[in-house]
Amino acid sequence: MLIVFIVLAFVAVGTAISMLVTRNAIYSALFLVLNFGTVAILYLILGAPFIALSQITVYAGSVVVLFLFVIMLLGAEKLPGGEPLRWQRFLAFPLVILLVVDFAVNINRLGGTLALIDLPPRGYGEPVEIGKVLFTQYALPFEITAIILLVAVVGAIVLARPQQAGVSRRDLYKRDTQERK
Amino acid sequence: MNTIPAEYYLILSAILFSLGILGVLLRRNALVVFMSLELMFNAGNLAFITFARMYQTISAQVVVFFVMTVAAAEVAIGLALMVEIFRTKRSIDIDQMNSLKG
Repeated sequence: MLIVFIVLAFVAVGTAISMLVTRNAIYSALFLVLNFGTVAILYLILGAPFIALSQITVYAGSVVVLFLFVIMLLGAEKLPGGEPLRWQRFLAFPLVILLVVDFAVNINRLGGTLALIDLPPRGYGEPVEIGKVLFTQYALPFEITAIILLVAVVGAIVLARPQQAGVSRRDLYKRDTQERK
Repeated sequence: MNTIPAEYYLILSAILFSLGILGVLLRRNALVVFMSLELMFNAGNLAFITFARMYQTISAQVVVFFVMTVAAAEVAIGLALMVEIFRTKRSIDIDQMNSLKG
């Protein structure tokens, strides 16, 4: 169990680092898929099969495909030119290392109070249980999420619509009717 | 040896979160910045699931489900914005997005 965790942790951190390091955005997206997959397996170990599978379908499935589509649509795999702001890098690394140390110290302080995680009890985190909680206790947030998704869909369509699509479409329609006459 | 201390999961989550922050700070490609954002969402979710397992509660998993939904909506809007910015600027370099109105 510990060995599985260590291997998965190394794969997750390694893919995250390679995602940041590669210059090509498509490779970044593919490393991201691998990272999501390993985290999904960690969810399975932690007794959350429903979340693990929605992670695969939502993140590794739709989100990354959306990323790949946009990268290929824009042809933005690589940016021309070097890094103009070198000093940012020297500022960012110490700050992030400071953050990691801060996290580690705080987690260590909690050390004694945290539990050991073993195999989850049978039936814990099943889709049936999650559905029961989701549709009773969290019914209102669930509906609000539906509205958020609707707003996102409408907003994405409005934003990505070509300029003056309505006008040209109306012109097309006008021309079409005139030809018919 | 069938048990793993919960700290390990939390430290892994912290490392992934910090890598996400590093990506947001360092990369210029707006799409990679978005991917780093997803990485940070993921790290937060991992910590949530760990605590859910620790306290044997199912509510945290529901919260993670909501986070995923909102993240998916955010990605859709963000990528639509990116396409729109690319149309006007002909680039998705973050350093070039330095002026309002066009």
